[in-house]
Amino acid sequence: MLTICRKELADHFGSIRFLILFCLIVMVALVTSYMAATNLRETLEGMAKPSQVFLLLFTVPGKFFSLVQFIAFFGPLIGIVTGFDAINRERNHRTLTKLVSQPIFRDAVINGKFLAGVITISIMLLCLVLLISGMGLFTVGVVPGWEEVGRLVVYLLISIAYVSFWLGLSILFSILFRSLATSALAAIALWIFCSFFMGFAADLAADAVARVNDPADPEQVVANRRISDAASLASPVVLYSQSTSSILDPYRRTRSNMVLVEPMERLSMERFQNPLPLDQSILVVGPYLALLAGLTLVCFALSYFIFLRQEIRSV
Amino acid sequence: MAAVIKTEGLTRRYGRQTAVDALSFEVNDGEIFGFLGPNGAGKTTTILMLLGLTEPTTGRAEVLGFDPVREPLQIKRQVGYLPENVGFYDDLTARENLRFVARLNQIPEARLQPLLDHALGTVGLSGESDKLVGKFSHGMRQRLGIAELLLKEPKLVILDEPALGLDPDGMNKMLELIVSLNRERGMTVLMCTHLLNHAERICGRVGIMSKGKLAALGTIAELAGSQPGATGLEQIYLRYSREAKPC
Repeated sequence: MLTICRKELADHFGSIRFLILFCLIVMVALVTSYMAATNLRETLEGMAKPSQVFLLLFTVPGKFFSLVQFIAFFGPLIGIVTGFDAINRERNHRTLTKLVSQPIFRDAVINGKFLAGVITISIMLLCLVLLISGMGLFTVGVVPGWEEVGRLVVYLLISIAYVSFWLGLSILFSILFRSLATSALAAIALWIFCSFFMGFAADLAADAVARVNDPADPEQVVANRRISDAASLASPVVLYSQSTSSILDPYRRTRSNMVLVEPMERLSMERFQNPLPLDQSILVVGPYLALLAGLTLVCFALSYFIFLRQEIRSV
Repeated sequence: MAAVIKTEGLTRRYGRQTAVDALSFEVNDGEIFGFLGPNGAGKTTTILMLLGLTEPTTGRAEVLGFDPVREPLQIKRQVGYLPENVGFYDDLTARENLRFVARLNQIPEARLQPLLDHALGTVGLSGESDKLVGKFSHGMRQRLGIAELLLKEPKLVILDEPALGLDPDGMNKMLELIVSLNRERGMTVLMCTHLLNHAERICGRVGIMSKGKLAALGTIAELAGSQPGATGLEQIYLRYSREAKPC
């Protein structure tokens, strides 16, 4: 498996497409966080700097969007570009037969490719966070505390898991479809659906199950919102956005919409105004993280199952 | 002579279609066995089953004493397989391609360099070893495929249409290479082909597949004897493949 992983890593880091994608993402991320940093510096000028101001670099929108929103939207592209041709490229170049006729287990092929993809994604995201942190140190002039560093590490891990989901999905499509274009298109279609249309689909599902006939009736509205929120959790984009915004914002103490906050939760929020410690923030988003990890594992397990049962011919 | 390949009632069905139907044959140690038949006769499916790359629907096989279904790794360690239109990583050099395969076979780094030089030299690609495989001709790629087999030093080599698409000189060199693998290195060879003159030239025994069934098995002289009036392998082949009754 390590031999295949090593070769895949060399392929990723030596490919022009990886270089272009990396440059694009670094460029947009730097511009976004520079705008956020400038915005922050101007806003905070002459004021006492609030605690955990460093994290605002990642969450405050510059002109268009924040870095967290940017990764939530463009992160899948990294996963898709890394994995959409993982298996069908080998099949089309007739190297898959060569691989599986060597004395290795067939799963070593898929494990090696997935591992190489995850390492590539991790290096890419780590570079991005370090670059932005470094730039933040210069522009905002605040050294992050350990709590903030811890939050950034957790954010990084969640981002790796999120992009790995898209990697797993694109590997699955590369097993299912022989054509490179089809597997890329299928992954992109799902990405667009999860990014833009999942909200509409969740609302439609909620309306189908519990329509709000009387908007003045709070019970109907709450029931509708509950279903809509639950349905939208099927989208990894929603799971990621919710998780990271809670991790990077210690003042956020609930996963629920303000409409859906329970009475005891509301009481707690009113009485305790201090920021949550990191472990409590992790507890708040725990279910989302579990769901995200579950989705990634389901994707990988499906790829594994289908690949192990496929017949591989050279022609 | 001990059998290195032995199949009994080996069958592979895809839905209602039977690709290989109750195939029983043996390949003996040290021979060059020609596995003949038209496209779609079931030759490649048989090879895939022998290598453990696909499971038989019924029947069993034994390769070098191992069961391909339960012990595919042991078989892959000792069997070299050259598929039809062998694939290489075009963006790597010939040497890098071979190095990658050697690593998959867990050949120690200390042994690797002389082994690579020897394999490339044997197939006449020493001068091209640092060129990208993407620039190789079809013949050079096929020879590189043989070099890949040599790295493993296998007891049995399975070649699927090794000379298909080569020019006459390339074909000739390929056949000489196959004979040298057998005579000089003592490797047993199972060669799938539908180029009958090749089989006639180098194979001791042949098996003729037709519509998933083994229609004939024996030396060319034996098969000619059973078909009165048939003089060459081509005539024997045509008669058996038309009859397509299991032997």
